[in-house]
Amino acid sequence: MGSTNSTLSKIPNVEELMRETGFSPAHIVRLYDRFESLDKEKTGHLRPEDFGAINRLATNPIGDRIIGAFFSAGQETLDFHSFVKILAHFRPAENHRLRDPSLPEPVNSRTSKLKFAFQLYDLDKDGKISRAELLQVLRSMMETQVTEEQLESIADRTIQEADLDRDDAISFEEFRKSLDRVNIDHKMSIRFLR
Amino acid sequence: MEDPWSLAVVLLQVWLSVMIGLIMLPAMFGFSLGVTSVYIQILVKILEWATLRIQRGHRERPSLPVPAPLPNGLIQREGGSMEQEMGELRRYRSQSISRGEFALSDSFYFYRKGLESIVDDQVTQRFSSEELVSWNLLTRTNHNFHYISLRLTVTWGLGVVVRYCFLFPLRITLAIIGLSWLVIGTTLVGFLPKNRVKTWLSELVHLMCYRICARGLSATIQYHNKENKPQKGGICVANHTSPIDIVILANDGCYAMVGQSHGGLMGVIQRSMVRSCPHVWFERSEMRDRNAVTSRLRAHVAAKINLPILIFPEGTCINNTSVMMFKKGSFEIGGTIHPVAIKYDPRFGDAFWNSAKYNMVSYLLRMMTSWAIVVNVWYLPPMTRQEGEDAAQFANRVKSAIAHQGGLLDMAWDGSLKRDKVKEEFKEQQQKLYSITVVGRKRRKSSTYHADSLKTVIPE
Repeated sequence: MGSTNSTLSKIPNVEELMRETGFSPAHIVRLYDRFESLDKEKTGHLRPEDFGAINRLATNPIGDRIIGAFFSAGQETLDFHSFVKILAHFRPAENHRLRDPSLPEPVNSRTSKLKFAFQLYDLDKDGKISRAELLQVLRSMMETQVTEEQLESIADRTIQEADLDRDDAISFEEFRKSLDRVNIDHKMSIRFLR
Repeated sequence: MEDPWSLAVVLLQVWLSVMIGLIMLPAMFGFSLGVTSVYIQILVKILEWATLRIQRGHRERPSLPVPAPLPNGLIQREGGSMEQEMGELRRYRSQSISRGEFALSDSFYFYRKGLESIVDDQVTQRFSSEELVSWNLLTRTNHNFHYISLRLTVTWGLGVVVRYCFLFPLRITLAIIGLSWLVIGTTLVGFLPKNRVKTWLSELVHLMCYRICARGLSATIQYHNKENKPQKGGICVANHTSPIDIVILANDGCYAMVGQSHGGLMGVIQRSMVRSCPHVWFERSEMRDRNAVTSRLRAHVAAKINLPILIFPEGTCINNTSVMMFKKGSFEIGGTIHPVAIKYDPRFGDAFWNSAKYNMVSYLLRMMTSWAIVVNVWYLPPMTRQEGEDAAQFANRVKSAIAHQGGLLDMAWDGSLKRDKVKEEFKEQQQKLYSITVVGRKRRKSSTYHADSLKTVIPE
């Protein structure tokens, strides 16, 4: 492990990365060390198997989906930039009152976090969570612990609650409305220690 | 004195006599001249000064992007259990809907936990060196320390000179002498017929060599509770941080080593050691047959006059901040277990052998160019397997005792997780816990659920 500056200089386009994601140089260095320790073959890229080696992730019921979120669009490898950009979704949001509305939505705003969570459910990326997709998520979270009928009734009830335009699916707007009162920033953020 | 050769010879003679007189002889006979303790005290003063200087430097220039070292990991974790978190997540819903039941926000809990583990996880942490809270003036632990002041850099530079040019040659010479004496001494003792004199001599030879080797690492070892020292016919178990553990423990008593027989230099040492007193070396093929291993060890222990066996049940080197799961094989042999806790002081040198990163030789070189090795060894009272306790439970009991004594974290994860993956059961446990928050205990599919099995929460 070298000093901060030498590690930062190893990362290409690090200034742009920091601007886009809002991570401080210190955080970038730590994430880079983590990236390197996950990249056991030292290829400079991560593959789904490298994530699979993280034990706590392997015991997570939706671990596979989380890994899938990193490798969207059928990619097979993940470089450091993409790794950091996805993790940036989970940075605690800053105070946005003074934000310039012409700038693009920051990646860790409430809306962006919700969009990211939405993608967890909406596997085929058609903008709606269908009943089948919801069932799939429920199944992975509860697997053999509940019966199929129970799963279906839970799915039905959930769609009933959230589906406002009665199309038997949950769109992003309905998703957002349904979670209006949840403190998204608190629940979907990882607090990085200084 | 014009002839440079005679000058060199004289210097060599002086060097050797200094070494023999001041280091080896006291080492061989087990007393200390106190030089090392003075050295350690000076070192501590210097390191404290360095720490204060660095802290002052940070305060004076807060704009420096210096990440603080994080000995406990990267992120702040929520302390709540799954139930608590689910309750919080669902609080937003109106009263008319029952407290349980699924909510779209439930996945956030798993999502966050999953991402936390991607960024940092407790297990992988244990397989890399501990991060120090402040720099100890060794380049290798220099994670984030910028140039602070000239004096600090000069001190560091002096440290490099002292360590590489003065301490390192000294230590290498001692190590070579120690090892060669071990081989020669044990071979000589091996010629004697098997009687009390032979045993006594072999113990003496072993002790002397290990003491010289310990001096070769500038090791300062503090033994606690010597009354619990492992006895003949017992089994000594300890937590494993590096191959040096053997030298550390063998400085105070003689043990029968257990291990695989190697070729090359190690093989020579192993074969000569066996000549003077029985150690247990296995061929590679024998290691796979667990029963053969167990029966050989059992035979060794049963002969009460044999030296206590030294076993490291973790099976691999851990970074000395925690104790990982003990393999139950060692606890099936029977006999009395004498647990020992070993804790290295990380300020003076990082003793952890990261076998993925360094091979044995570069590891030893790193050891010999650290400041010193300062160790605390605690002998714990002997333990035996109780009625109705199986080997795994016994192993856990011993592990907790060692972790507690050494101030290490008691982790239930398996050391082999360095290489293997985790079992399905842990994932099912998560699913079980979650489904309770959704449908309640009674409506779950599995009618036979044991309250106790759910209390064995996912080990952290």
